[in-house]
Amino acid sequence: MSGPSDYQPTNPALKWIERRLPILGLMHSSFVAYPTPRNLNYWWTFGAILSMMLALQIITGVVLAMHYTPHVDMAFKSVESIVRDVNYGWLLRNMHAAGASMFFVAVYIHMFRGLYYGSYKEPREVLWILGVIIYLLMMATGFMGYVLPWGQMSFWGATVITNLFSAIPYVGDSIVTLLWGGYSVGNPTLNRFFSLHYLLPFVIAGVVVLHVWALHVAGQNNPAGVEPKTPKDTVPFTPYATMKDAFGISCFLLFFAWFIFYMPNYLGEADNYIPANPGVTPAHIVPEWYYLPFYAILRSIPDKLAGVVAMFGAILILAFLPWLDTAKTRSSKYRPLAKQFFWIFVVVCLLLGWLGGKPAEGVYVIAGRILTFCYFAYFLIVLPLLSRIEKPRPVPNSIADDVLAKTGSKSTPMVSTVIALAIAGALFAGSAPDARAAEGQITPPSEKWSFAGPFGKFDRGAMQRGLQVYKEVCASCHGLSYVAFRNLADPGGPGFSAAQAAAFASEYKVKDGPNDAGDMFERPGRPADYFPSPFPNDQAARAANGGALPPDLSLITKARSYPRGFPMFIVDLFTQFQEQGPNYVSALMQGYEEKPPAGFTLPEGSHYNKYFPGHAIKMPNPLSDGQVSYADGAPATVAQYSKDVTTFLMWAAEPHMEARKRLGMQVFVFLILLTGLLYFTKKKVWADAH
Amino acid sequence: MWPFISQMNPDASTIAAGAPIEVDLAPIAEGQDIKVFWRGKPIFVSHRTKKQIDEARAVNVASLPDPQSDQARVKEGHDQWLVVIGICTHLGCIPIAHEGQYDGFFCPCHGSQYDTSGRIRSGPAPTNLPVPPYQFISDTKIQIG
Repeated sequence: MSGPSDYQPTNPALKWIERRLPILGLMHSSFVAYPTPRNLNYWWTFGAILSMMLALQIITGVVLAMHYTPHVDMAFKSVESIVRDVNYGWLLRNMHAAGASMFFVAVYIHMFRGLYYGSYKEPREVLWILGVIIYLLMMATGFMGYVLPWGQMSFWGATVITNLFSAIPYVGDSIVTLLWGGYSVGNPTLNRFFSLHYLLPFVIAGVVVLHVWALHVAGQNNPAGVEPKTPKDTVPFTPYATMKDAFGISCFLLFFAWFIFYMPNYLGEADNYIPANPGVTPAHIVPEWYYLPFYAILRSIPDKLAGVVAMFGAILILAFLPWLDTAKTRSSKYRPLAKQFFWIFVVVCLLLGWLGGKPAEGVYVIAGRILTFCYFAYFLIVLPLLSRIEKPRPVPNSIADDVLAKTGSKSTPMVSTVIALAIAGALFAGSAPDARAAEGQITPPSEKWSFAGPFGKFDRGAMQRGLQVYKEVCASCHGLSYVAFRNLADPGGPGFSAAQAAAFASEYKVKDGPNDAGDMFERPGRPADYFPSPFPNDQAARAANGGALPPDLSLITKARSYPRGFPMFIVDLFTQFQEQGPNYVSALMQGYEEKPPAGFTLPEGSHYNKYFPGHAIKMPNPLSDGQVSYADGAPATVAQYSKDVTTFLMWAAEPHMEARKRLGMQVFVFLILLTGLLYFTKKKVWADAH
Repeated sequence: MWPFISQMNPDASTIAAGAPIEVDLAPIAEGQDIKVFWRGKPIFVSHRTKKQIDEARAVNVASLPDPQSDQARVKEGHDQWLVVIGICTHLGCIPIAHEGQYDGFFCPCHGSQYDTSGRIRSGPAPTNLPVPPYQFISDTKIQIG
């Protein structure tokens, strides 16, 4: 879009098209001949990464929509059947779910890059504002997408966020009813969210076209912040930028694949593996990580309306950035003060994000208020003030000069960054006792699991024994309704043959019907049947268990977790630790104590368990030594039972885990080779440009 | 234009399902409370003890964030029965009964605390738990809606 293209196709067919619709010329001038500043660094590859992520989200999303059912009774189950039954469904779902997070990782880097290098300044104001609009659309899309699986966090997140609009004076409640299509979040809400979640990505794609158009009119900014003046300052988009972007994308895919294949639940909340329940609020509602800074701002303001205004204001203020920061120098590289404040601002945002995940009480509220003030002060006080008092360093004459001067000085250590990081560190350190610890949950010990780590595999013996424990003990109260008998013969499962699974199924009585006479009848189970639940409905289950509902165990090892705290949650990212669920389940089995400790009053009908949050559990101690007799000679102890049944339940929660890890390894080998090849290709292409 | 906005509002079946319900109070012992659902919203019906009523009435009404006397929140002659919509007025979570410093309701989401009359005492919630429209049909039966 840098003026009329001089591109002339030679092929007669292409010539014919080009005379009627000059699309090839448009492509050529936009993505081949387009002059791009030669000093762009890798922070500039995130534009291409974001385009790729948008395309990937749309493709995986469209495919997932073919299998998903937007109904309150079926949504949760349909997501589970995507993951369990659809070919590669687990892969598509992980790609889409982790993809949303990766999209936000990339967009935040992209935005901070724009902030640092002054990419919003004249003549790129419209480009920047279009970007803010895309970001807002992304937030709406991400939020509605998170509602679709219809887990506890989905439901309560939707409730909290839609209730934000009730803060609007006079018409707030009517607006909320209008959003819900009912008197509370329900089926109409889910349906419209699904419709909009499908629509908005295409709206985003449209705004992205405008964004790229505006970019190609104004031209790209660059680290020096001076406009290209001579042809020496630029290189053609292809092959230079194309190769660099390809390498950047490949690196990003490596990062992305780590989550898809090895940490699929790291960025999610365990509570979302519990089906939505309008009658129970989770103790600790947190939005997805990418909203946390804004959530922290919302909560730090004691007034409801003011909180909502501050939260939306925190995003909308970005649109006014071009007029808040009036400094002539674009790049913070040449603005000694702005540079330091930029890094402080980054730390403020990170801390706000961390606070957003903490309970709103005590010291967190005060810290939240201070940081909220810092956030707004950066835009409303610091930037306007700096543009008046700061004395920038001289900028290079041209981009070519900047490239030649590269080998010179390295920037001096930034004192303010060090101070800010030290404060951040102190805050983190002071936060060790977490909310749930305060609620009386003891962290379960980490056990050694055969299925942990990148090469983890289920222990077949343990799974078969675990199935026996489930059948003889747990099954009298707990269902396993997402697991079918046929799954017992699936690859990566407990290793039964199809005949064994069928024989196992036939021992169960399954209700079927109606028959020709119109009556329901019982018949022996078939492999296609699911494990029957011990109670006909939740009310019957409650009535038989002193008012407490024995949870279905299909997803229990994914639906239970405990906080790892700082810095362990960062270490976990590298060590691929994600066995909180199994650790908890196994610990719970062994955590019963005959006598509660002195000073603890046990409510009637409850039992004391060290690891249960609040310690008073309705379930009596289910296991005792020697209760189940193993045929393979494994020790008949509670510790062994717990380990076996947990292994079995981990498989029940994620039957394709072995396939996930195996494919992950292949993808990693491929991506590492691809990244290496792209790196050397890029180096070769750029050899004469440096 | 209007049809496109209007269609978003609750449809006929949803409105019909939101008709009034009757609740039998006889099985609720003193100090106990039950949760019923009306229009998809949890309604807490509490049978308050003498102590709880006294606590609610001992407060200086003017000092409350959302001043309202306990008498104005219950039906005369049925002072022991408190009926409130169990949805935190902050952001819609469900408070837990018999928790918090005021022996009333405690919202686990953002820490709002309500007293034995369902009035907001501390935390970010702006107003008291709303009292749904209801009346006593007999001494042991109410109609909500």
